[in-house]
Amino acid sequence: MKNKLFEKYFVFSPYFWLILFFFIPLAIIFKISISVSEWGMPPYQDIFLFDNGFKINTTFENYVYIFSDYYYIGSFVNSLILALISTFFCLLIGFPLAFYIATSNIRLRNILLVLVVIPFWSSFLLRVYAWKIILQNNGILNIILLNLGITSEPLQLLYNQYAVIMGIVYTYLPLMILPLYGYLNKFDLNLIEASKDLGLNRIKTFFKVILPLSVPGIVAGSLLVFIPVVGEFIIPEMLGGSDRLYYGKILWEEFFVNRNWPGASALAFSGIIILVLPIVIFQILYSRWSQKNEI
Amino acid sequence: MKSSLIKSTVIFLGLFFLYFPILVLIFYSFNENKRVMVWKGFSLRWYNELFNNEQIIEAFIISIKIAALSATFATILGLMIGYSLVRIRKIPFKSFYIFLSSTPLVLPELILGLSMLLFFISLNNVIGFPSSRGQLTIFISHVTFCIAFVAIIIQARLTDFNKNIEEAAMDLGYNYTKVLYKITLPIILPSIIAGWLLAFTISLDDLVVASFTTGPGANTLPIVVFSKVRLGLSPEVNALSAILMFALIIIGLFYFYFNKKFKH
Repeated sequence: MKNKLFEKYFVFSPYFWLILFFFIPLAIIFKISISVSEWGMPPYQDIFLFDNGFKINTTFENYVYIFSDYYYIGSFVNSLILALISTFFCLLIGFPLAFYIATSNIRLRNILLVLVVIPFWSSFLLRVYAWKIILQNNGILNIILLNLGITSEPLQLLYNQYAVIMGIVYTYLPLMILPLYGYLNKFDLNLIEASKDLGLNRIKTFFKVILPLSVPGIVAGSLLVFIPVVGEFIIPEMLGGSDRLYYGKILWEEFFVNRNWPGASALAFSGIIILVLPIVIFQILYSRWSQKNEI
Repeated sequence: MKSSLIKSTVIFLGLFFLYFPILVLIFYSFNENKRVMVWKGFSLRWYNELFNNEQIIEAFIISIKIAALSATFATILGLMIGYSLVRIRKIPFKSFYIFLSSTPLVLPELILGLSMLLFFISLNNVIGFPSSRGQLTIFISHVTFCIAFVAIIIQARLTDFNKNIEEAAMDLGYNYTKVLYKITLPIILPSIIAGWLLAFTISLDDLVVASFTTGPGANTLPIVVFSKVRLGLSPEVNALSAILMFALIIIGLFYFYFNKKFKH
């Protein structure tokens, strides 16, 4: 009898916290995103009006406003492209690293794994700041380029979209390597030997054996990089210039500068629907499916 | 022969890429010159100025306080979620439970921060609390998004370990709570500590959510640092980075120690 009470306590304490401080806030974003905006504080009207009988006062204007203005759509597309490119480069750098770490002997493997993840533990903001120092006009990269004679005058490396990509790939790389390593670590290295024995060359072994087996790791790592990058605000703010606007920046300004709360909420809620919801549904279905198959 | 050369090169270049910026940052923190990029000579001047900078010291204390508290709450709640998902069969609306406990992992921080801020404002309009935003609201937000990280670690460890140990203890006459406290908790204690350390660093490092939910008198360290380096460079921040990098790397090593310990 006592354990029933105990189980309830364990299940419902976090349930309560997350509904109150996570689900309700999300619901409030949705509520404000369908409210009519007005000047004042708060800058939107209530969705239920009681003055002349009961009336529901909602609008989809905020969504129409966002989706009909290229300023907003364009920045969202910019963010998607940025996330796609960054994910690609993370994969390009992360895959060989993860593969070679996973195929090292066990002692070296553990040391390398710790070495790869340690930078991830150090401060995110300061790692971005480090690139600001490196990419300065009189920064270390320009000094090297000048001394090698590659350029005759310092290049403007900072405050453009390439600096943003650089910063993102650098800070998100461990998030790609970890899940990749997790899957590569599990699979049997003898398979590579076997495919070589059966006459496949290196390239064919890679495409026919290694790559198909690491698809789950690639998917997991790519999602871990792709989603947060779409909403990334700090890196474009510190390393980027005015050449490209991104979703995070637009959302920030819509709220703090334009004080358009319904607009900002509509932007945020669209972000959830387009980006997060498909993945969460997939995850829930997948975990249910794998649970069922185990039993 | 050739393939092992490629292998060492890839690993070396990868590690170089990961550590080079950190080393540059530490190197320049010893620069005497006020202009960060022009090397003038070795000095500890900026470390000295850093320790006399009241704004940074105060922000540091606030950050540590919030991080320790929110990590503790997040660990307790995350532990409950991890345990429920692995060991408790009947969870009402289980999909919703999984949704609540895993979405914060994938939700962009910016959206989370905005939703928390709008929630606190609405709550204040309805019940008059919290009347102003500050350390309490940052704490609540940090707990909310750290829970998921702890839950994942605990869930993974509970799935790993052999349920028979618990059942054996029950057969030997332990009741449900006694099994939990005497068997299950001690076994997963290293992952609980690992989860706490992870939540602690996430909270300490968070800028976006804290920027949304902060108020007067609650400038955390990342907020102060960001305001200093958003537009330029700051030699004091260089010194701070060197110290913080060092401290966080130590915490990271502890995390590995505790997370690994379980597996043996």
